[in-house]
Amino acid sequence: MSVQEYFSLVFTDYTLRTITLGTAILGIVCGMLGSFAVLRKQSLLGDAISHAALPGIVIAFLITGAKNSNTLLVGALISGLIGTFWIKGIITKTHLKSDTALGLILSLFFGFGMLLLTFVQKMPNAQQAGLDKYLFGQAATLVESDVWLMGGVMLIALVVLVVFWKEFKLQHFDADYTKSLGFNTRFLDVVMTALIVLSIVIGLQTVGVVLMSAMLLAPAAAARQWTNNLAVMIFLAAVFGAFSGIFGTAISATSNNLSTGPVIVLIAAFFVVISFIFSPGRGLLFKQIRHWKNRNDLQLHKTLYFMYEIAKTHQDISHPHAVKILNNFQGYTKNSLKSLADREYITVDGAMWSLTPKGYEKAINLYNQQDNLND
Amino acid sequence: MKEKIAIKVDDLTVAYNFKPVLWDIDLSVPEGVLMAIVGPNGAGKSTLIKAMLDIIKPIAGSVEIFGKPYKKQYKEVAYVPQKGSVDWDFPTTALDVVMMGTYGSLGWIKRPGRQQKKEALEALEKVGMLEFRSRQISQLSGGQQQRIFLARALVQKASIYIMDEPFQGVDATTEKAIINILKELRKEGKTVVVVHHDLQTVPEYFDWVTFLNVKKIATGSVKDIFNDDNLTKTYGINYKVSVLQ
Amino acid sequence: MTSAQIEIQLIACIVAIACAIPGTFLVLRKMAMISDAISHSILPGIVIGFFLTEDLNSPWLILLAALSGIITVVMVEYIQKTGLVKEDTAIGLVFPALFSIGVILIAKNAGDVHLDVDAVLLGELAFAPFDRLLIGGTDVGPKSLWVIGTILLLTLGLLIAFFKELKISTFDKQLAATLGFSPVLMHYGLMSIASVTTVGAFDAVGAILVVALMIAPPAMAYLLIKDLKKMLVLACIFGVIAALAGYWMAHWLDASIAGSITTVLGMLFLAVYLFAPNSGLISVLHRQKRQKIEVHLLTFLLHLQNHREKSERHINHLNEHINWHKVRATSVVNLALKNNMITIDDHIISLTEKGKIFTTEAINYIITNKSAAIEDMKERFFLFRG
Repeated sequence: MSVQEYFSLVFTDYTLRTITLGTAILGIVCGMLGSFAVLRKQSLLGDAISHAALPGIVIAFLITGAKNSNTLLVGALISGLIGTFWIKGIITKTHLKSDTALGLILSLFFGFGMLLLTFVQKMPNAQQAGLDKYLFGQAATLVESDVWLMGGVMLIALVVLVVFWKEFKLQHFDADYTKSLGFNTRFLDVVMTALIVLSIVIGLQTVGVVLMSAMLLAPAAAARQWTNNLAVMIFLAAVFGAFSGIFGTAISATSNNLSTGPVIVLIAAFFVVISFIFSPGRGLLFKQIRHWKNRNDLQLHKTLYFMYEIAKTHQDISHPHAVKILNNFQGYTKNSLKSLADREYITVDGAMWSLTPKGYEKAINLYNQQDNLND
Repeated sequence: MKEKIAIKVDDLTVAYNFKPVLWDIDLSVPEGVLMAIVGPNGAGKSTLIKAMLDIIKPIAGSVEIFGKPYKKQYKEVAYVPQKGSVDWDFPTTALDVVMMGTYGSLGWIKRPGRQQKKEALEALEKVGMLEFRSRQISQLSGGQQQRIFLARALVQKASIYIMDEPFQGVDATTEKAIINILKELRKEGKTVVVVHHDLQTVPEYFDWVTFLNVKKIATGSVKDIFNDDNLTKTYGINYKVSVLQ
Repeated sequence: MTSAQIEIQLIACIVAIACAIPGTFLVLRKMAMISDAISHSILPGIVIGFFLTEDLNSPWLILLAALSGIITVVMVEYIQKTGLVKEDTAIGLVFPALFSIGVILIAKNAGDVHLDVDAVLLGELAFAPFDRLLIGGTDVGPKSLWVIGTILLLTLGLLIAFFKELKISTFDKQLAATLGFSPVLMHYGLMSIASVTTVGAFDAVGAILVVALMIAPPAMAYLLIKDLKKMLVLACIFGVIAALAGYWMAHWLDASIAGSITTVLGMLFLAVYLFAPNSGLISVLHRQKRQKIEVHLLTFLLHLQNHREKSERHINHLNEHINWHKVRATSVVNLALKNNMITIDDHIISLTEKGKIFTTEAINYIITNKSAAIEDMKERFFLFRG
């Protein structure tokens, strides 16, 4: 099956529709909540939480022996939360810094989970093979009840964000001020952290513990480049997230032996790269162009100012002068002369140039501006 | 004196990591004064106003705003935090930030509407930032950002304004604009408390002053207590008012 | 023990030491998450290197993969410099993308690359002794032992040669720059060593254990000791203990060696986190409880000194005015009485001479010397601690 075939079948084939809907919803949830994770400078917390979820999944499996994904998710949720609290405990109670705490919990929990996982794989009953999908995700294993669960989480997240929109915005911008206005910031904090952990946990089956955090960050990081409005940013992040999910699933489901997680992450990363380079306001390309343009303008202004200094000495400002005089001035080129003429600041006649009244005016303004800057 | 007390701080002790940073502070700020809090670095100036605003919990003592605890009076108080305390790359506009000043009186869940927008625009005009209303906040200069913060506090229409170093890193024009607005607030009978660094400008800008260095050194009108003795007690070195000018 | 078992343990120990050395500096420089990023992002380098050399232990592959680790660091720093996203987001964006490329390359060429995803994460330490290095037909030991041994020697050599420079640039970048040691050079030197070590260890123990071995032993050492040299030694010892204990645990459970070593590291860390003498959780909580009542005592004494009037010194005033609950007020008053700081006369509390001296000294101490601990003074005055 090719990717085109995949999309032509999406609306008719039950399984494909379920899978696609699931990853799209997941992308929306991650985009929305990831925006807040990025803004609250907890980008790497997601990475630690998702890794910390692994032992919980395996232990839940060992206890219940069930492959029912909801049971496993409860396990993931519990061990993810334990990891989160331990990170907090390390940061607040010892002198270890947050990066060390994150790295510790991430690697130690995950290593323990992998130990349990290899242990499970050696067990005689063969049905456990399904646990592997939690490493890199396998969207193809999504069933309708999973999608309902994701839909439920999306709805909860959406309602909470709409209801407490003003409070969340305020708190993420200025927490102290929020407190001074009489809002309970701890409550808001707990709600947001809980939502982020929940979104990570429901994504594990699709994207996997190793790459889940990127699913949270990348759409938000891409969306941030296109807008300076929080609501628009969250909407765009949800869109980027949904597209990453859908395309990632389509590509991985149509080729053999390809986990969903890495494909989704690469598509999200593609959105990030495009946004970093081409966004009109903040993008690197336009920044570079603006930089060149400014440098160019500065050069022209310097030349014009030099001409003004010469022209000033004459009664008649439009008195022609030889181009040769300008050779003393380093900034001048044939091109800059032409640009100045195009802007009607000067007229060029053969080897002579003369300032126009417009150019004279402009140069005086430049002079004034410089004066102001010196103040 | 018969005047009303706006902020009453009683036996306030605040500790970070169990080391006192403010120690048994007693302080009454009369209504209608423009007060500077001065003291060396690490004297606990920001801590004191954060304790006034119930942002930090003290280990002993209490703060009363017009005779009641802060929790019941938060609508009476507007806060201007230090400019460096927030993320200026946050995706929001100048107008949006000023609108945040209305959130306190709106309370939980309720959204700002046309009335709130009108008030925010008025405040922006007052600080001379109306034309920058739809600018992203990172594209504003330091002085402009400070004006936005001031506008946000003005929108709160409070009786008490508490500000943490509003003149830090702003240009001369902005400093003048801010101080004019503060003086205007005082004329309207509001109380203004400002953490201030520049001792030189204290007599010119303020009429009330508190010297602070972990303990309260002195508090009173600038005329009475802004002298060599208190400066020396606060800063530890031989300070002279005459040298400042 | 068979010779294969000894060789595996030897490799594990050398990997542990080779990781602990750069790890100590990463932890001290608040860059622990960089090791996580490097361990993930060298994967595409390894896969491409494998296509070219067809040998996981080839020095070219190691250099190529280490290069991709350094490219990660450069990319992260470049993105941070553009200011388009927050600093930690930059790390979180770069390494998952590179790791994904690696995983997809492996999956797409499953037939040609003898790497599978489990091996990427966990390594195949148990098989390390089977890949022998033959020099002129003689068997001189497992290849990975030679690889990681060489890396360890290199690391040790650089550590000894540049110890002073590393130390200064870690604790005081500005001083390092003024003394003429380039902090930038030290930074990239450290990143290069971390990358090379990660690649060298990766084949044997996998990405996760590399991160665990780089962060956990130095973190434990840091909780126990502040001296850099001792910290390095202690981190190496912790690494070796975990390597040996982990090996035998895996042997006993018949499970993954890397997973077991990480689990042992986790248990060791939990123990240190709870029981470390000064920085452990139990000691911290105990100290905080004591400091809490003592800071209340200080507050109380200062209040007595500040207020001479009787109404302020009445015993009931404590609850009403200072805003304390009865229990706290009682325990504070009792502590003050036990230490002969106060006397109570008809419900009016007065400071004793000793109380006055203590209070005056304490306030001077805090105003002039804020950062230093007040503990010495407490030792001199207190008969009973809180």
